[in-house]
Amino acid sequence: MKEIAARRLPTNRRGRLVRAAMLMVLVLLALSFVRLVTHASDLTSSGTFSATLRVSIPILLAALGGLYAERAGVVNIGLEGMMILGTWFGAWAGWHWGPWTGVLVGVMGGAAGGLLHAVATVTFGIDHIVSGVAINILAAGATRFLSVVAYTNVSGAGITQSPHVNGTIGELTLPVLAGGRFFGLKTPDFLGWLERQHWFFVSDLGALGKGLTAQVSLLTLLAVALIPLTYWLLWRTPFGLRLRSVGEHPMAAESLGVPVYTMKYIAVTISGALAGLGGVFLVLEEAGIYREGQVGGRGFIGLAALIFGNWRPGGVVVGAGLFGYSDALQLRSNTSIHGLLLFIAIAAAAVGLWFLIRSRVTTGVAAVVVASLVFWWFAGTKAVPDEFISITPYVVTLLVLAVAAQRLRPPAADGRPYRKGQAQ
Amino acid sequence: MRLRRILIGLLAPVFAIVLALVVSSLAVLLIHQSPVAAFKDMAQFGIRTDSLIYTVNTAIPLFLSGLAVAIGFKMGLFNIGVEGQYTLAALLAAYVGARVALPAVLHVAFILLVAMIVGAVLAGAAGALKVTRGVHEVISTIMLNYIALGVTGYLLRTRLSQHNPPGDSVTKTKLLPASGVLPSLTRVLHSLGVHPPLGSDLYGFLPIAIAVGVAYYILVWRTGFGYDLRATGVNAAAAQVSGVNPGQMIMKTMLLSGAIAGLVGMPELLGVFHRYSIEFTTGLGFTGIAVALVGRNNPVGIAFAALLFGFLERSAQILDLEGIPKEIAVIMQGVIILSVVIAYEVVRRVVQAQEVRAAAEKSKGLGPTPREEDAA
Repeated sequence: MKEIAARRLPTNRRGRLVRAAMLMVLVLLALSFVRLVTHASDLTSSGTFSATLRVSIPILLAALGGLYAERAGVVNIGLEGMMILGTWFGAWAGWHWGPWTGVLVGVMGGAAGGLLHAVATVTFGIDHIVSGVAINILAAGATRFLSVVAYTNVSGAGITQSPHVNGTIGELTLPVLAGGRFFGLKTPDFLGWLERQHWFFVSDLGALGKGLTAQVSLLTLLAVALIPLTYWLLWRTPFGLRLRSVGEHPMAAESLGVPVYTMKYIAVTISGALAGLGGVFLVLEEAGIYREGQVGGRGFIGLAALIFGNWRPGGVVVGAGLFGYSDALQLRSNTSIHGLLLFIAIAAAAVGLWFLIRSRVTTGVAAVVVASLVFWWFAGTKAVPDEFISITPYVVTLLVLAVAAQRLRPPAADGRPYRKGQAQ
Repeated sequence: MRLRRILIGLLAPVFAIVLALVVSSLAVLLIHQSPVAAFKDMAQFGIRTDSLIYTVNTAIPLFLSGLAVAIGFKMGLFNIGVEGQYTLAALLAAYVGARVALPAVLHVAFILLVAMIVGAVLAGAAGALKVTRGVHEVISTIMLNYIALGVTGYLLRTRLSQHNPPGDSVTKTKLLPASGVLPSLTRVLHSLGVHPPLGSDLYGFLPIAIAVGVAYYILVWRTGFGYDLRATGVNAAAAQVSGVNPGQMIMKTMLLSGAIAGLVGMPELLGVFHRYSIEFTTGLGFTGIAVALVGRNNPVGIAFAALLFGFLERSAQILDLEGIPKEIAVIMQGVIILSVVIAYEVVRRVVQAQEVRAAAEKSKGLGPTPREEDAA
């Protein structure tokens, strides 16, 4: 029995990885095809991929933050507010003492928000949504007030904006492949050359490689490193098992001696810290300035990415990447977004066929109808209104939830208040 | 006993306001100003006639928004989407309202109806997603918020705006005709002996808002539907066993919540701007959540909470003249929300523990005593 379980698990995981990789290749093939047909070269340019990486990171960090909290059974709608705290404190400390101190203090600001959420939800047993909403309101108000206090007589700053962060975070470019410097020597930019050939698929692959390896900020590397770290911590350590057990069945966990309250406190504080890091990232990426409203719903998008990703690190990465990509395209060019419509039509048609083959007729037909509508939209117009692009992540999340909500599995005790001694 | 319960019930809001005063005093001290002087200024400025009218005007949409959220809260449903619902509703109601010709009262009623339908459709979408697909309404209403705001922006920019004369760059819908406008209550105030200074008009929407509040009370506390609603909120499983259809309840409640949410923008539309433009107040939906929380989903409580928020916003404006940032009001609101919620929870548990103890006293010798920890 034990043997079977031990043998089956790795195969399953490998199978999942292979399937994910195949899906990625298919997506890139489709994008490459669309690029050739529509001449929307920004669809797969290295610039777009590089922007995707930059735009995805704050969403990813918020989503990872949400992952810690919700795996421990605490719903965190307050991610948005914690990110706001991260932006403000990060920019303020960065202005005084340089970017890395800014990172540290921003993380602490977010963690403070998380701690407040933990006090309200764990110690006082308040409804998680209620506390999160209150923290969002409080964070927006508090930062406004702090800006007035801190920046009133500072040149280049004001009640809605901080001064520049003092200095920048370094960047890295991979040598040989992406043209980075190696011991002061310039090396060839092989991937960049590949991209410029405009070959079907191969150039797109090169662009993807270049986008992810050229001029990557150290903070990005740190954030990306947090993905495997989170997976390892939550799924491969006793600490992670305890944390997740608290989110699945707190009574059972408590009866086995797991300190439920402590685990929840730790998880929610980490959650706030990660959201705060996401906030600092926003500040440092946007010329080192805090602006009011800078977070702009990214905490909520992070939450969407978390749900989209089925409360798992890999899924969270895909969700954040998807939302980041649509954001990045919007920043770069409208023609590409228009081209993306063709891609969506193809993807929806493929999904529809897949459902039809699996004889889930209603969903399949619905997907095919969506595909033809989107194609009709693509063929009948020349541009997509900006507003529609900005709502894309939300529409996608709703669609995914509408199709797959039953297949998603949140932690079993997610969002339920838990009182010590309930297990008697 | 009854008096004691009322006193305990008042404990929570009083505690919250005291805590808010303490925290904001600390904030004022932080910038080397006197909190006492600041609060005195706020109080003096806040009770001027024009300030009071401003407070009531601010409170009306907050009250409606609070009711919209509260009806969901009553059965454990979160409609976070009031923001998007009222914005899109205001735009479409303004557009449709400017394109029809109707007699005065009917015209206003028609505009209100359009707004309520738009709000109900948006919230109903979230309800339908929950009932048919199992999508949690918090997520779907947040997503629908952004979608509704995006669609509002698009429609206003491209389809529904009027052709402006040259030099006017504010995008807006056509002006409502006179029949579609609510007169202010200034004349009523005059007959009551109150003479507000020029330029401060009490919204004509006030009686409608009060009527909505009364309707909310009757619906939730005096009808069978309201009983089912509250029963579901207290114990969904027990309500379902007793014959309440959860899917139907969710749909009805979301539709009602959305319909009330659609009204949130109406006081401004019918009373001030008479058209939809980008000058419309935003954020009323989110503040409405806070108002519902502070007001404990009770219509009178929500009214007080809305007035309190309006008063804070108005009276803080004087502070800027004294060199104290008026944002102190936002901090006070935030602290009040969080501490009120915590205080209510603590009070609820204390009361519950007392009841258990009282029951234990009574049942002494009648059998095994209930354990106190069960209620803790």
